Amino acid sequence: MRAAVVVFPGTNCEHDVVHALTALGGQAELVWHRETDLTGFDGVVLPGGFAHGDYLRTGAIARFSPVMAEVERMAEEGLPVLGICNGFQILCESGLLPGALIANRDLAFICRFVELEVVDTGTILTGAAELGQRIRIPLNSYEGNWVDPGGSGRIALRYVDDPNGSQGSAAAVATAKGNVVGVMPHPERGVDELLGSGDGRVLIEGFLHSMVPA
Amino acid sequence: MTTATQPLHRRLGMTDEEYQSVLGLLEREPRPAELAMYSVMWSEHCSYKSSRAHLRRFPTEAPWVVVGPGENAGVVDLGDGWLAALRIESHNHPSFVEPYQGAATGVGGILRDVFTMGARPVALWDQIRFGPLDDPKNRYLFNGVVTGIAGYGNAVGVPTVGGEIEFDPCYSGNPLVNVMCLGILRREQLVLGTAGTPGTVAILLGRATGRDGIGGASVLASASFDDESQEKRPSVQVGDPFEEKKLIEACLELYHRGLVVGVQDLGAAGLSCATSEPAGRAGVGMEVDLDAVHVRESGMTAPELLMSESQERMMAFVSPELVDEVLAVASKWEIEAAVVGLVQAGETLTVRHRGEVVAEVPAASLADDAPLYRRPMRHPAWIDDLWAAPAEGISEPPGEALLFLLDDPAIGSTAWVHEQYDHMLFLNTVLGPGGDGSLLRVRGTEKGLAVSTDGNGRLCLLDPRAGGARLVFEAALNVAVTGARPMAVVDNLNFGNPEKPEVMWQFLETVEGISEACEALGIPVVGGNVSFYNETDGIDIHPTPVVGMLGLAEPMPVPPPRLSRAAEGMEIWEIGMSPTSNLAGSAAQRVLQGALTGRPTQPDSEMAKWVVAVAADLAHSVPVLHDISDGGLAVAVAEVCIAAGVGATIEDVDTGLLFSEDPHRFIAVFAPGSVDLPEGPARRVGVIGGQTLALGRSEPVALDLITEIHRNAIPRRMAGA
Repeated sequence: MRAAVVVFPGTNCEHDVVHALTALGGQAELVWHRETDLTGFDGVVLPGGFAHGDYLRTGAIARFSPVMAEVERMAEEGLPVLGICNGFQILCESGLLPGALIANRDLAFICRFVELEVVDTGTILTGAAELGQRIRIPLNSYEGNWVDPGGSGRIALRYVDDPNGSQGSAAAVATAKGNVVGVMPHPERGVDELLGSGDGRVLIEGFLHSMVPA
Repeated sequence: MTTATQPLHRRLGMTDEEYQSVLGLLEREPRPAELAMYSVMWSEHCSYKSSRAHLRRFPTEAPWVVVGPGENAGVVDLGDGWLAALRIESHNHPSFVEPYQGAATGVGGILRDVFTMGARPVALWDQIRFGPLDDPKNRYLFNGVVTGIAGYGNAVGVPTVGGEIEFDPCYSGNPLVNVMCLGILRREQLVLGTAGTPGTVAILLGRATGRDGIGGASVLASASFDDESQEKRPSVQVGDPFEEKKLIEACLELYHRGLVVGVQDLGAAGLSCATSEPAGRAGVGMEVDLDAVHVRESGMTAPELLMSESQERMMAFVSPELVDEVLAVASKWEIEAAVVGLVQAGETLTVRHRGEVVAEVPAASLADDAPLYRRPMRHPAWIDDLWAAPAEGISEPPGEALLFLLDDPAIGSTAWVHEQYDHMLFLNTVLGPGGDGSLLRVRGTEKGLAVSTDGNGRLCLLDPRAGGARLVFEAALNVAVTGARPMAVVDNLNFGNPEKPEVMWQFLETVEGISEACEALGIPVVGGNVSFYNETDGIDIHPTPVVGMLGLAEPMPVPPPRLSRAAEGMEIWEIGMSPTSNLAGSAAQRVLQGALTGRPTQPDSEMAKWVVAVAADLAHSVPVLHDISDGGLAVAVAEVCIAAGVGATIEDVDTGLLFSEDPHRFIAVFAPGSVDLPEGPARRVGVIGGQTLALGRSEPVALDLITEIHRNAIPRRMAGA
């Protein structure tokens, strides 16, 4: 059970994600965005940050990073692919998830704890949670407002009190198969009560359980 | 004389006397590039020429000081091989001219000061001061600065975990934007700003050099403002946090692999500083080839290349056999790099451009021979008048006065600001923005690092010496209530025009006050910054020193005291000095009376030491500790109530005592009989409970109301209401 945690130039949550995965018993390894072979990894995480400076548009350059071909392969093979915050934006931009992330409704960056409700447990993020479970973890984004004109997104987590205008109050969105998930709030920031909440653990555990050795 | 016909040295911000010094030093007419270098290096901003003589007053030594003032950042020993690097800086003038970029590049600069030392920057604190928000210009500046800090800090990936916000008419024409950074490193990763020995190669890393920020230090940061200041916009640098993020990671890899001898960041004075200072420190000379510098504009002249303050650049000093490895690291992180210099024996800094020698000066003279001024000072007559007019009492009923204070944007919730900052990255933020001190855990250890930054222009206007000392004591108490013991201070001294004797008096008094307080607590000043010329159209700001205090909690209390841990039935105790009802310099005086008069209560060193020690001990057993500062006991208790969602009753006391900001006091909230308080001054002042806050016999105020007013203090003003 070994996850690749992709580092683009400008990514900044990679160490936090590795900490959360390993603290809960998983194995994780940082992978530079120029890597072209992720064979041997059982899952992949695109962490938060500002890949390639978010220049042009969030995720617009990152989707062309060499590693993305392998991320697409893993998604097709049904392996767990998780994008957190900027990673969610990259997955939408590369077409692995439906919709797009635009500026927050109030045009301001939002960094605070938000409350979420689990509305679908059939995804690699929510598999260990219970339907209707409330989860309190931090949000940290400017472009966190998910729009999905096609309406094909499968919503896994909803905001209880929508902070950014997301369609359907979506905080996490999955593909139909449920193995590719983008989540805007940060589960890895919610693994320790000392920092305000341990609610993110059930999501990280869900991701870890979804990885089966290749 | 019009600007165009002024001699070059004056256009560069140099006085005729300073020009004469250059002539004497070189024994010839300086070349244009040489004059450019001296003008920026001898500017007030870079050379501290008006303050240097007085800064020697600060106590700077302690067994745990690894690097004191004079390097890019101070470094202290946390034990077990861990070091902390800390530094504070101002970006006041650029932020007035162009608030977003001014604030953003302030963040970029302070980060470089810290990762230059080999440390990973782990947290930022911003101290920002503006004129009242009812003026649209001030709203524009405030919004621009906050979004600039957010835009840069969030993207570069360093959390902003606290700071300070103040509003006062004295900052309308001259906002203050200070920023502090803390970094952590292992002892073996410490790097200094040295050029090393002859043969060492200088490699310029990072962003290409352009014409931005030329003369920022000399023209913008070291002069006062007038109506023409907006024309100085081209002197403001433009930041690129993405380049900085890559630069941080590349530099940390260089340190980790031991590939550099020394490192110097390029901030104020750009290449002039990054070549002369490391060479001067190492006692060597250097040859620099400006044609090798990677540029993003064509046709730059030698003076422009030497003065440019283009951001996100570092100079690495590397042994010749490691140059290829360093260039490979730069390539991996996708940053540009160029070999631009070679360290030489001797002491001459030789700069070539287009095949010609454009500068040939003693390297150390740029830093060491800067002018040193002992400017005249004078006790201002007006301060005697202020002291002779004692502060008035409060005429409003306490409940009403409290609502006015909670609605003040400097006292109300800071959420509008700090929720725009990533304050949680790195998973270290145990206590974040909006409280007393911030508390960061150091993973893999039992250590906690606490930081508090404190400034108070009102107090320092009315008594700069007492004010300076009280800021140190307050910052110490703020870290103590998180369980930490104060360890080291950095200070940012924001003052008016030093050519006015009254301003120099304020400055000297403040330095004395800070020094006395640090000596009383036994802690060193490990770095600082001076920002003079904070005046617009002849009006000086209040003297506004900002103290940044680092404390170490070992072990860190788990959980630490939090305001939100207050619960029904707990008692509220006030511990420390018995307050007087003197309101001189208080928030109540500013908010309720709009005038500052009287003389603030003097600090008491013995009491200061006692409360700091007691608070640091109690933090391990008491659920709520909270410093009493702006707005006094009444506001301190209200903040506990708001955070915990429960009311309180304060026993009947004189209204002045409720809002007094007399020093050396904190509140402790705990279940009756659950805590053994140490011998010393302590008073039970009330109880937690209910859904109202009752101050003595005055009409209780609904908790919902105070919560809403406190939450809305900034948002309602920013909405233009």
